[in-house]
Amino acid sequence: MENLNKTPILSLKKLCVSYTPGKFAVNNVSADIYEGLITSVMGPSGCGKSTLIRAINRMHELYPDIRISGNIELKGRDLLHINPSEVRRMAGMVFQRPNPFPTMSIYDNVLAGYKLIGIKQSRHEKDELVESSLKSVGLWDEVKDGLSKRGSFLSGGQQQRLCIARALALKPDILLMDEPTSALDPIATNLIEELLVKLKKEVTIVIVTHNMTQAARISDYSMFMYLGELVEYDRTEIMFTNPSDKRTEEYLTGKFG
Amino acid sequence: MSSLKYRLFKNKLLTLSVVIFSALTAVPLVLIIGKVFLKGWRQINWDFFTKTTPTTLDALLAINNNQPIPGGIANGIVGTLMMVLVASVIAIPLGVMCGIYLSENRKTKFSTVVRFLTDLLQGTPSIILGIIAYLWVVIPLKGYSALAGSVALAIMMLPLIVRSTEETMNLLPASLKEAGLALGSPYRSVVLKVLLPSAFGGVFTGILLAVSRVIGETAPLMLTALGATTIQWDITKPASAVSLLIWEFYNDPNLQSMIWSASLFLLLLVLSLNILAKQLAKKWRI
Ligand SMILES: Nc1ncnc2c1ncn2[C@@H]1O[C@H](COP(=O)(O)OP(=O)(O)OP(=O)(O)O)[C@@H](O)[C@H]1O
Ligand SMILES: [Mg+2]
Repeated sequence: MENLNKTPILSLKKLCVSYTPGKFAVNNVSADIYEGLITSVMGPSGCGKSTLIRAINRMHELYPDIRISGNIELKGRDLLHINPSEVRRMAGMVFQRPNPFPTMSIYDNVLAGYKLIGIKQSRHEKDELVESSLKSVGLWDEVKDGLSKRGSFLSGGQQQRLCIARALALKPDILLMDEPTSALDPIATNLIEELLVKLKKEVTIVIVTHNMTQAARISDYSMFMYLGELVEYDRTEIMFTNPSDKRTEEYLTGKFG
Repeated sequence: MSSLKYRLFKNKLLTLSVVIFSALTAVPLVLIIGKVFLKGWRQINWDFFTKTTPTTLDALLAINNNQPIPGGIANGIVGTLMMVLVASVIAIPLGVMCGIYLSENRKTKFSTVVRFLTDLLQGTPSIILGIIAYLWVVIPLKGYSALAGSVALAIMMLPLIVRSTEETMNLLPASLKEAGLALGSPYRSVVLKVLLPSAFGGVFTGILLAVSRVIGETAPLMLTALGATTIQWDITKPASAVSLLIWEFYNDPNLQSMIWSASLFLLLLVLSLNILAKQLAKKWRI
């Protein structure tokens, strides 16, 4: 087994999240996520995977009743106590369904993070950022002649890659992905998987997935969650060949979930 | 087999009656448009759009000489357009903001109250809104004015714009808002730069329908804009409106034939606004 970098970039300490008082969707999760690697989060439906990664970039603030306790640190900064806008720029997010902005062109979609915050850029800076972001998701050659077309005219897989480019354009420290390929066909899924493996040099990736072979193919570390708890967290090879918890084994062999 | 035939026959009968009844509901509309068109088109010429209303005397002379009545409804057209424009300037920003608020805060007590009040406002007879505008604008400004008319029309447009904005915004997928927030953009700019542009089609359609709804209003204008025989660009002065002119023509035995041409104009204006709104709604569907 190759040696992997073990510099923690994100650390979760005793993280608890509840939508209704007394019922924890994420229960006392502590873990270090390592820089430059892909970490997959697995577990049966409703076990709190989405809740966990959405807590990291504070998307939960959309629900007023939610309660969070514990600690999240990204590069030494306490994410729960700084401006959410800043958190979300450090921790980019890609969702299950591709969601490019329908009223914006491909070009503007890539730059949306800057436009919405109101950061002014020169024409040259913009062109360069759009090109480099689209190249890093392998979309440049497919769209370079139609950058002014609406983002919503692309195929599902292309839209999802556009959304990844949009997140990458902000140069985040970490990219959170919630089942980013579950709405895509196998070919588009494959493309994105290859892409993520290439991208991990630039950005640490945490990916929620229901697809165990996907986790096995691309991730370096895997988490297994069950009923809000982090049951097991280990090197992906170890998790898949020699899980230490019985529940992990049962899940991976398809006994439930 | 005979039961199958019977069922087929029943089906046909049903289809036929649906067609007949649908046609019946269209009959009054066709009759109205036909009648207005036949009686009105003769008066419509260049002068009709560029000249102001004739005096009774001019009309009487023309009728006695067997000529078409001179003059037109330019004062009404200018008044109507000006009042609708000012009303839109008041009602669109207020209505759109209120609609966004209702859609973004669906369950608060305040929204429930506002929603109830908008429904109430929508059901309020327009003459009462005219009286309100009279109290709010005509009395403080010590005189009838286009502005007062605009306020009355704006109050009428408001609930329509609020509800259409709210409904369109409700249709936007939550993923759109999440996408905006996930990029770290502040809530305000997500609403203004992502959600509102995405809802633009529906919001704009709602505005057009609101305009077409108030453009023919008469009663509230009688109490506010009053009417004028000349073209009036000053919004603090009384102004005419096409709908007001129709009422005035009706009251003047010598100007009867102008009723139809003014009605035709108004009808075509409202119809084309409606058709435009429907087309845009189709084109901009999200
Ligand atoms: N908005 C919400 N309000 C209340 N409870 C919620 C909400 N979202 C999720 N939950 C609850 O929190 C728990 C965890 O949900 P979460 O969406 O994180 O699961 P998940 O692991 O992502 O599931 P899936 O694989 O189906 O996406 C579930 O029991 C769910 O019912
Ligand atoms: Mg989920």
